[in-house]
Amino acid sequence: MTAQTTSTVRPWDRDAAQVAADAAGLIGSAEIGSTALRRYLFGLPGVDEVGAKGRAAQLGTRSIKTTSKAWALDMVISMIDLTTLEGADTPGKVRSLVAKARTPEPGDAGCPRPAAVCVYNDMVEVAVEAAQGSGIHVAAVSTAFPSGRASLAVRLADTADAVAAGADEIDMVIDRGAFLSGDYLKVYSDIVAVREICQARAAGPAHLKVILETGELVTYDNVRRASWLAMLAGADFIKTSTGKVQPAATLPVTIVMLEAVRDFLAATGVQVGVKPAGGIRTSKDAIKFLVAVNEVAGERWLDPDFFRFGASTLLNDVLLQRQKLATGVYSGPDYVTID
Amino acid sequence: MTAFEYAPAPESRAVVDIASSYGLFIDGEFTEGSGGSLKTINPATEEALAEVAVADESDVDRAVAAARRAQQKVWGPMPGTERAKYLYRIARLLAERSREFAVLETLDNGKPIRESRDVDVPLASAWFFYYAGWADKLDHAGFGVDPQPHGVVGQVIPWNFPLLMLSWKIAPALAAGNTVVLKPAETTPLSALLFAELVQQAGLPPGVVNIVTGAGATGAAVIGHADVDKVAFTGSTAVGKSIAKQIAGTRKHATLELGGKAANIVFADAPIDQAVEGIVNGIFFNQGQVCCAGSRVLVEESMHDELIDRLKSRLGTLRLGDPMDKNTDIGAINSARQLQRINELSDAGEAEGAVRWSADCAIPENGFWFPPTVFTQVSSAHRIAREEIFGPVLSVLTFRTPAEAVAKAHNTPYGLSAGIWTEKGSRILWMADRLRAGVVWANTFNKFDPTSPFGGYKESGYGREGGRHGLGPYLVEGSTR
Repeated sequence: MTAQTTSTVRPWDRDAAQVAADAAGLIGSAEIGSTALRRYLFGLPGVDEVGAKGRAAQLGTRSIKTTSKAWALDMVISMIDLTTLEGADTPGKVRSLVAKARTPEPGDAGCPRPAAVCVYNDMVEVAVEAAQGSGIHVAAVSTAFPSGRASLAVRLADTADAVAAGADEIDMVIDRGAFLSGDYLKVYSDIVAVREICQARAAGPAHLKVILETGELVTYDNVRRASWLAMLAGADFIKTSTGKVQPAATLPVTIVMLEAVRDFLAATGVQVGVKPAGGIRTSKDAIKFLVAVNEVAGERWLDPDFFRFGASTLLNDVLLQRQKLATGVYSGPDYVTID
Repeated sequence: MTAFEYAPAPESRAVVDIASSYGLFIDGEFTEGSGGSLKTINPATEEALAEVAVADESDVDRAVAAARRAQQKVWGPMPGTERAKYLYRIARLLAERSREFAVLETLDNGKPIRESRDVDVPLASAWFFYYAGWADKLDHAGFGVDPQPHGVVGQVIPWNFPLLMLSWKIAPALAAGNTVVLKPAETTPLSALLFAELVQQAGLPPGVVNIVTGAGATGAAVIGHADVDKVAFTGSTAVGKSIAKQIAGTRKHATLELGGKAANIVFADAPIDQAVEGIVNGIFFNQGQVCCAGSRVLVEESMHDELIDRLKSRLGTLRLGDPMDKNTDIGAINSARQLQRINELSDAGEAEGAVRWSADCAIPENGFWFPPTVFTQVSSAHRIAREEIFGPVLSVLTFRTPAEAVAKAHNTPYGLSAGIWTEKGSRILWMADRLRAGVVWANTFNKFDPTSPFGGYKESGYGREGGRHGLGPYLVEGSTR
């Protein structure tokens, strides 16, 4: 399973037929039906909770210092989806967020920019306009985020809206109710339908991140099955959480998902990305995740195209650590800008 | 790994003072030895760390006499509640000085600082905490009315977990009211000598703990001393057998914790990622220099190829090198002699037809090193499937049915530990009922806790250490007096 192919397929480069063919090949059935999906997902190896947590704890003891820390901090910044998802979001707040992403460290042009800003659907237009020419992607949380409790028609319309407004990336939520009640086909076909809209974007496919909301799936066995289900349906990224449910992105959950994308690559040649989101606030935590990426999935995932952090407050902590490395002294919260 | 290189993150060795020479710790004081001296080296660099006195028979005699006096006059008559205070104090001091002990252990033994910091030293402290709690409850421990200590205990410990094995030996012995004469291994005496300083710091009455350093002859003198009432030994089966012969016909009681050749049994329905971690932890923890190491993986044949693939790619991420680096997973082999034994058996494995694979890691120029190695196509007839290698070398065998797995697990002179990996609870119970091993781990491996008894079947020894069981060998049962 680990004989990694040298050339990998980027998931968003596949058309719907290719996605279906890859899925059919894996589950061994030309027709993607409820029974075949269930059989496949329940044939995946189990996850021992104690062992998974133990592995995370051990990876967490890696000591990343000096040059490797400097490298890691810049990599973390370049992987951040700088996020604001509040009912109180306004155009002004979103413009300010984008400005922060454009210039994370005023006076240091060498500081990398975050990969994307992540906003609610109705703020996409504002964000797109503000981000123009910066290379910063605009990600929209769509499909009746965060609960997803709306009809498929509404969820698809929501997505189409965001895509039309110019979103580069769509963060959708799966129907956790359907997953927990065993209706895997519903979850699968929802993702397929959302993906179709993403793929049809005029300026090229919008990347689709599929949020599993692991805090509601609870068990690692569920997380593993949901990861595979999302990848079978054509997810470009699998994402832990909305950030609205606790626990959000934990290290063990992320490791289980990293194992899933690693094994999916070995099985299909397709490299799916991973995005932990919610609860990662410090550089120290973020670096633990990078270590896990490096040692569990492999260095090819150390790339903003394949690993992201969904976070709002992480950026400033990383910037403070970055300043400390450069100057040798801790500054303080007034030495980084607020967005 | 090229993109994300981990810069060196060495633990500071300045936290511990190593003297240029050490004497013997007898009757609460460091004294000269009469048997000359030996050098202890850092196996990762071959640099000499210190000179350590060698105890001859006259020194051992002094130590035993001091232990006898202390046992009769102070420690034996002392109420359990008072003994407990000393043991708690030792436990706390070990925890407080943990960094010092971890650094010293790593320097003298070669094990990664991550392990000495996260496993050896915390467990050593936990052992004293645990047995401190028993000291005033001996009447209620199930060993009859008013059980009594043996008196003076002679203890000889190995080099693989120097401080932890010291704790396994000293904590229950002292809790039960015995006094001890302990001989650490010749290649790893330093943490025991630092422990002697800690004993002084704790104000333990003189003679309760005596540490005599030296090699095999010193150990034999401790075991053979006429005034030693009980002996406890952890080490090789060969030495264990000679001790059993040496004390045959005497009044001495013995606890022997000897070799192993554990089967780590992986069923096709195992939680595969955690099983791979368990295999790694089973055989590469402490460079495989663990008596209960999972040195034989028995994998269900249908799962063999996938498991080996996953294992190999996992081993590719293990970091071998400077044991003082906090990111090191695989440290140095403890001695040139041990390295030679690992080389000899590995070569035999290849010569006998097993297929050898080693992780591709750079081997440092100085010191004693062996890369993580996996042998496939191993049969039960091969030496690498039968003999204890005591190194980072895994032998992989296959089985078809649970009964065959049990039969193959038992097909060794040892019976110290075993592992079972399956998501099926009923199969865990079925297997555990049948496996004749002192410890059976299910979906984990190499986990230790002071409350849990540990020990062997067959040639892995007799007697138990840890838990209430570990108290028994240090007591004469009330009903049998």
